[in-house]
Amino acid sequence: MTIKEKEQQVIEDFSIYDEWLDKYEYIIELGKSLDSYPEEMKTDEHLIKGCQSRVWLNTEVKDGKLYFTADSDAIITKGIISLLISIYSGQSAADILASDFSVVQEIGLKDNLSPTRANGLVSMIETIRKMAALNV
Amino acid sequence: MNTQELRKIFPILDSKVYGRKLVYFDNAATSQRPLSVVDMMYDLNLHHNANIHRAVHKLSADATDAYENARDAARLFLNAEDRRQIIFTSGTTAAINLVAYSFGSAFVDKDSEIIVGEAEHHSNFVPWQQLALRTGANIKYLRIDDKGYYSLDSLRSLLGPKTKLVCVNHASNVLGLLNPVKEIIQICHQAGVPVLVDGAQGAVHCKVDVQDLDCDFYAFSAHKLFGPTGVGVLYGKTELLEQMPPFLCGGEMVGTVSLEKTTFAPLPMKFEAGTQNFVNAAAISPALELLSNILNDKELDTEFEQLKAYFLEKLRQVPGITLYGDTSQADKKLPIYSFTIEGVHHEDLAILLDKMGVAVRSGQMCAEPLMNHFGVSGMLRASLMQYNTMEEADIFFSALERALEMLK
Repeated sequence: MTIKEKEQQVIEDFSIYDEWLDKYEYIIELGKSLDSYPEEMKTDEHLIKGCQSRVWLNTEVKDGKLYFTADSDAIITKGIISLLISIYSGQSAADILASDFSVVQEIGLKDNLSPTRANGLVSMIETIRKMAALNV
Repeated sequence: MNTQELRKIFPILDSKVYGRKLVYFDNAATSQRPLSVVDMMYDLNLHHNANIHRAVHKLSADATDAYENARDAARLFLNAEDRRQIIFTSGTTAAINLVAYSFGSAFVDKDSEIIVGEAEHHSNFVPWQQLALRTGANIKYLRIDDKGYYSLDSLRSLLGPKTKLVCVNHASNVLGLLNPVKEIIQICHQAGVPVLVDGAQGAVHCKVDVQDLDCDFYAFSAHKLFGPTGVGVLYGKTELLEQMPPFLCGGEMVGTVSLEKTTFAPLPMKFEAGTQNFVNAAAISPALELLSNILNDKELDTEFEQLKAYFLEKLRQVPGITLYGDTSQADKKLPIYSFTIEGVHHEDLAILLDKMGVAVRSGQMCAEPLMNHFGVSGMLRASLMQYNTMEEADIFFSALERALEMLK
């Protein structure tokens, strides 16, 4: 699936929830089901700055595509990471850079996160974009 | 006055967030503002706005009166001897920075030692570290005891002939415990050492008497006690303030200025450079008046004590909770409750509580050294005010229960 198709999928998944708490319940479930991340990669090198909770992101490049794995000590952050990974992992650097990441706005996540968390989210997106830019 | 009557003058308390009733339990960060404060700011802005102290016209005289009346209100509130000991700043942080810079210039050098508490807000911590970096002075850290109060034994062991100043909070913004500041000051004065008290939290819940405490500096912020943002007060003993050089220069803080030299205005103007935040400063008068009325109101006090006891009791029953700071002495515990819950990240909890209308603080609360002391990356903090209710406490606890179920 292309990034656009995956974004559309995420927007549809979220559209069934009217209540904010239900959306968060869903995010928490996503966080719990995120693939495990190796302890030895929880280094400063992988740490994303700007998050109140800690986030580690690892990027691997295979056949011109970027594969992300990540972890956080907070479950909601983990859920958001899981969302981002489901969209952007396995995509080419050029496609990632071409994306406007508007899905975050469309599902209303940015407005409804606490300011520090929104900054964390922005940092995460910036890191993904930076990794893509390094691998074009 | 009872709680319901008090709530009527804080319209924001009836707000809804995300379609739910707002429960505002982040009062230790900033309290809400009553109509009397907002009305005064509105009136000054609309009818009496002109630069203070300078002009001979009517509006300037009105604004100057309002500003200087607020100085008198602050003097009365702290029971300072003299209105010249009251310096307006932008807040507690600016007040402490003023002392760190100005007292530091006058009295601190590479052979000096400064004692700073480990349970301080960064605002009473970082300025001293930076002063030490500038001057080569040495900082010594005052430890808390097992209950969370500053240890007088630790203090005695740290004080020495090189000690120039001791900097402690009246009450920690995390632990909410009233420190034995009077004893601390006595011990320091016996050693000839002045004491700065960060009153950002203490002034909100205590009747402060700087003459009785005999502190050398006391600082508080207006926005934590019903007042406007961007205004704080520094109280200082006259003999120290007189010996300290100005912090910022320019505006009405001068005596005479020539190409050769500048002399400075007498206290308190010497420390009030530039156009002051005079509208907001003036509006601390109604804020301090309300706070004094609240602290002297038996009915409100009874209701608030009941709320505090109820809240603490219910908090203790939350499974997996760790509460920080002693809770055994009700008269020493401010309504500031910091905690962690086993297996749950503080920020996850704060986000879910927010979605249920409950505002609390999460994170390191500008007290990283204290977080390190307890070995945690952050905490959750609920802080209450006299306008909070039992009903709000119940909403908080059911929201907490639901959030914990979601996160488990």
